Amino acid sequence: MALMLLTGCAAVQPWEKGEFAREDMQLGAEALDLALDDHVYFSKEGASGGRSFSGGGCGCN
Amino acid sequence: MQLNSAAPFCEQTPLQASPPRTSQSGIAAAVCLSSLAMIGFDAAATETPVSAAQVLEEGTQQVEDKGLLARLIDGWEIDAALLWYREDARVQAIEGVLSGVRALSDSESVSAKIVLDSLSGASASGAAAQQRLQTFTRPSGKGEYQVAAGETPLDDTFKDTRLSLSAGWQKTLDSATKVNAGVYGSKEFDYLSLGMSGGIEWGFFKDNTTVSLSGALGFDVFDAVGGRPVPLSTMAIRKDFADEEAFWQAFDATRQRGVGDKRIGEMMLGVTQIISKSTLVQFNYGLGYSSGYLNDPYKLVSVLDSSGNATHYLYESRPDSRLKQSAFVLGKTAFNLGVAEYSYRFTHDDWGLDSHTLEGRYRHYFSGKKGPYLQLHLRAYRQYGVDFFTPYLQGGESVAPHISADYRIGDMDTWTLGLKTGWRLKDGDEIAVRLEYYRQQPRGDAASLEGLKGLELYPELNAAMLQLNYSWN
Repeated sequence: MALMLLTGCAAVQPWEKGEFAREDMQLGAEALDLALDDHVYFSKEGASGGRSFSGGGCGCN
Repeated sequence: MQLNSAAPFCEQTPLQASPPRTSQSGIAAAVCLSSLAMIGFDAAATETPVSAAQVLEEGTQQVEDKGLLARLIDGWEIDAALLWYREDARVQAIEGVLSGVRALSDSESVSAKIVLDSLSGASASGAAAQQRLQTFTRPSGKGEYQVAAGETPLDDTFKDTRLSLSAGWQKTLDSATKVNAGVYGSKEFDYLSLGMSGGIEWGFFKDNTTVSLSGALGFDVFDAVGGRPVPLSTMAIRKDFADEEAFWQAFDATRQRGVGDKRIGEMMLGVTQIISKSTLVQFNYGLGYSSGYLNDPYKLVSVLDSSGNATHYLYESRPDSRLKQSAFVLGKTAFNLGVAEYSYRFTHDDWGLDSHTLEGRYRHYFSGKKGPYLQLHLRAYRQYGVDFFTPYLQGGESVAPHISADYRIGDMDTWTLGLKTGWRLKDGDEIAVRLEYYRQQPRGDAASLEGLKGLELYPELNAAMLQLNYSWN
């Protein structure tokens, strides 16, 4: 079923992907905002990661 | 002892890499020359006339001076951010980030990032509020601090500065395969963290589907102030001892020798799928295992008598390993004058902590895709705490091998509301300002003990974040 989903979605041709070249459509867009947010949430909540690695990196008292 | 960068190892890989930029040194020199010429003409019009030869000579000198800087940043795309974070009566932090990416060729790039943050204040210690003054020994043992009746105990004298450096490399091997690698290190007063990561991604079905697999290894060292407390040992407080010598003997007995280290291994499997001309979705499954010293050496659990009055305080005790899993799904949709990003994350770990996170951002451009724009950010987070969370213990009750009253691993709900605006300057640089409000509401059973009536066992937290971003283009 996953394969059917993937192949079914493969209808977008390379010349139809203009929107995906936009800077704001990149998965890493606003990387600094995301990193700073993760930083805050890591130190205030018990879960982390998901979008990228949760990592280590502090005592976070 | 610091706010942490939660994703130190991994730089998200853009679905479609930006085309490499042309060398900026020539442009910089041209801008420099034209600016100098303008300055020269203005000066001639308003001040003492300057000869053309003088202008040329001074101009050449300044171009040479600027040449070094231009060479250093030649080809780098640089972004900077400054964040000011402020909680009501607790932590305040200022964090600066400088990040750069440089294309080495059409298929290869490197990146680097420097983060410097300064923090003061601390989260709640875990000890329960009381109807009378409480006295605690500082982590170093060299002093005490007192918490007024009705107040949430916390040591607000914490101060720390953290420096973090990271670097990455990415290469496109062929039309369908990309690899990346990174290293990371951060140092604060009592904590050292080192890490490395690597990943590979493959494109399928005309690049409509991308599968990625990545891994990271980390090694952290916790050199706690005053030494690491022995888990479940009782905090030594001066008033309970006849003299300093007796106090220090008791204090030393609560400390373990050496530093605490933590080893971290993580892997992530991701699938990104283009599902229409304007929408893509991403699925990530993450698995992480950490082992070693996982306690927070500054956290306590109050032991209360039958009336609810604290008789003493124990240092918390957490398991020495943790297995975490996460499932993350994200969608992005492009509009003519905007872009929307929406995600859901579920996490689960073998400490019994589960969480659900819903998050969305919507950006609206007022005039074309270069801005100015206004962006709304909403986030809702629900956490079901670890199995060993306990807001306090009662005297006479047997103590479990693992206990913690750290509200951050208890039950809680949090909300974030943010607004961001940005625009492109005349020279192509971009500037943005972001303001966020964060509210945290721990959940828990109401205290039944008489001495805790009317006290806030699960205090709320409100925080404001103000951020300034600048991108050089």
